[in-house]
Amino acid sequence: MDLSYGPQYEAFRQQVRRFCELNAHLAPKHVLLDREKTRAWQNLLIENGYVARAIPKKYGGYGAEPDILKAHIIAEEFARAQVPPGFRGQGIAYLVPTLLEMGTEEQKLRFISPTLSTEIIWCEGYSEPNAGSDLASVKTTAVLDGDDWVVNGQKIWTSTAERADWMFCLVRSELDVPKHQGLSFLLFSMATPGIQVRPLKTMTGDSHFNEVFFTHVRLPADQIVGQRGQGWQVANNVLLHERDDLGDPNATLMRLNLLIELMKNESADGRRLIDNAVLRDRLMRIQAKVMAMRANDLRLLSAKLNQKDASLAAMIVKLQGTELRHQLEALAIDALGELGILYEDGAHLRNEGSWQEMYMLYLGLIIGGGTAQIQKNIISERGLGMPREPKVKA
Amino acid sequence: MEFGLSAEQLLLQESVGRHLQRHVPLEVVKHIVNASAGGAAEVWSGLSDLGLSGTIIEEQYGGIGLSLLDAALVAETLGAHATPAPFVATAVMVPLAIATAGSDAQRTRWLPALAEGRVVAGAGVNEAANSRVGATVRATGGKLSGNALFVLDFDADVYLVADDHHALYLVESSATGLNRRVLTTIDKTRSVGELVFDNVQADLLPGSSDPNVCARVQDAGRIMLAADTLGAAGQMLTQAVAYSKGRTQFGRLIGSFQAVKHLCAEMAAELEPCRAMMWYAAHAFDALPDESRLTACHTKAHLSEVGTFVARTATEVHGGIGFTDELGLHLWFKRIGANRQLLGGPDRLREEAARLQQLA
Repeated sequence: MDLSYGPQYEAFRQQVRRFCELNAHLAPKHVLLDREKTRAWQNLLIENGYVARAIPKKYGGYGAEPDILKAHIIAEEFARAQVPPGFRGQGIAYLVPTLLEMGTEEQKLRFISPTLSTEIIWCEGYSEPNAGSDLASVKTTAVLDGDDWVVNGQKIWTSTAERADWMFCLVRSELDVPKHQGLSFLLFSMATPGIQVRPLKTMTGDSHFNEVFFTHVRLPADQIVGQRGQGWQVANNVLLHERDDLGDPNATLMRLNLLIELMKNESADGRRLIDNAVLRDRLMRIQAKVMAMRANDLRLLSAKLNQKDASLAAMIVKLQGTELRHQLEALAIDALGELGILYEDGAHLRNEGSWQEMYMLYLGLIIGGGTAQIQKNIISERGLGMPREPKVKA
Repeated sequence: MEFGLSAEQLLLQESVGRHLQRHVPLEVVKHIVNASAGGAAEVWSGLSDLGLSGTIIEEQYGGIGLSLLDAALVAETLGAHATPAPFVATAVMVPLAIATAGSDAQRTRWLPALAEGRVVAGAGVNEAANSRVGATVRATGGKLSGNALFVLDFDADVYLVADDHHALYLVESSATGLNRRVLTTIDKTRSVGELVFDNVQADLLPGSSDPNVCARVQDAGRIMLAADTLGAAGQMLTQAVAYSKGRTQFGRLIGSFQAVKHLCAEMAAELEPCRAMMWYAAHAFDALPDESRLTACHTKAHLSEVGTFVARTATEVHGGIGFTDELGLHLWFKRIGANRQLLGGPDRLREEAARLQQLA
């Protein structure tokens, strides 16, 4: 056991800390609403190597050697300073890593740089009304017509589609083959004729969720990642990056600290919330779980550094991390009591209504990115080697 | 940066596990449990021959001078095999107390004997954590009166005892005025008892006037009990998964039903982070003094909750057979149940965690 990062890394940490202090005021408040400011902030972060650090310069990245510890330090310090760590939309978080692994050189040169700088905002066209947990059942079709793909069908739960510039999309291109072998992974502009976006308001009140309809949407045949029929492998690569992202214990720790402050500062019946033994016990339960997930995160970091296997420890992060966050936000609402139901512009609102918003959002995240039940299937089948569900003939 | 087990640590766990599999398999455990403690001495002498009695004792006293994490890995393995052996007090709490707070004479007298496994030592520090009506130990002029409940590793030659000011003493089992009463608990794999003192001559550990010493000894014990639960719960999960892959109902292996799979996934999802949490707490005990008390409290409390969940869920996955004496799964169920309460149940530990952060 050796938890120190060494002097070279401590110097790097100081450098990141200083950057956050000096530049925090330049960060945009609402990344998606203020695109000019977002782009300037993003470019500043790339220039300094705090975004796209290990992505080659020729693709618009910073071009440093991959360094897991430095990446970890950047995340820690931005979280500590509460400075937004740059835009991390679906394009940057999921598509770029996938293009780097599976894209053609031409695709890398064309798409990665403008994605990193937020010139292209992406949305992810995966789920359909009848293909949710069973994603491989997508029915949106793509038919090759001369030099073009022609896409018809419908997607749902498409986050950010209302303002995205491009979509990466899972479609059925091959008929008469098993369902996992008939998919392709296409890229196209949302400005292409034949695309209609209908916002779906969610329970939190925002409308970043959408239905997207395709009617004879035409795109050049080379806007495909991987080969025809390889879409399932490409999509799974994306999901791998996606699940990495949900349930981050450092973000949960920030919320825990905010909750402790809240419980120390708020009072009910002349008594601080923290002095209520029942609420305090719930807080301590949550703190222990956060501690466990942080230790787990440290183990994963170390396993990555030292190329050791910790696959079960990685598999449980999305399931446990999102549930824990949901419980944490729920405790804050209970601690606030009636104040906890205030929302939007309600008078007496605490912490901008973020407890309710996050409580609901995290229920969405327990479902999204592979539901909790799908996670349990994965953990039991791949982690514990239990038998698969018998296949039902379609 | 490295947060994981070293090759030596993996080897240590593997060799202890192999020894237990060969010499103390379930049939032997059941035999010892049914014969009420007979045969347990052989188990400990076998483990002492491997050097485990001297796990954390410094080499100059004949031990192997390993870290608390190494001791926790041993405790985890003992929990996984439900081994009837005095480890928590004899090999960890008592040697730690003597090494930290004992005089030179006390160290020279006891540490080599403990390291060799010649002496078994119990620990009666429960009142310092969890005082009950009618249980307290008072010291007057170097003599102890009163009683101590839930003394760990009770079948012992010498006891570490905390008085009502958390000062620590050594008392030999043959001391005049000492009465011993075994307490029957759910867990027959380890002995727990009550010591009754009537003006008993006791040997004060001079460094223990600092109450932090008693707290350290308790924390070490808590981490060991947490590790023991981790091993026991891991074992129960392994058995539940194995059973579900062999048992057929409705023409299918029961492990292919999501109702069963999801129970197993939930156990794994709760338990796996506890592994890293236990490593962290044990490492913090030796290396991170600012965090060590808080992590020890939280780790024992959290592992008690997760252990309890796994114990009942793994039993449920087995169905009726899990409820029988014959299968023996209950040995782990009960061990986890005892670990949960000893040296402070989860509610008390969370309250202590809050106090350590000035939140209570």
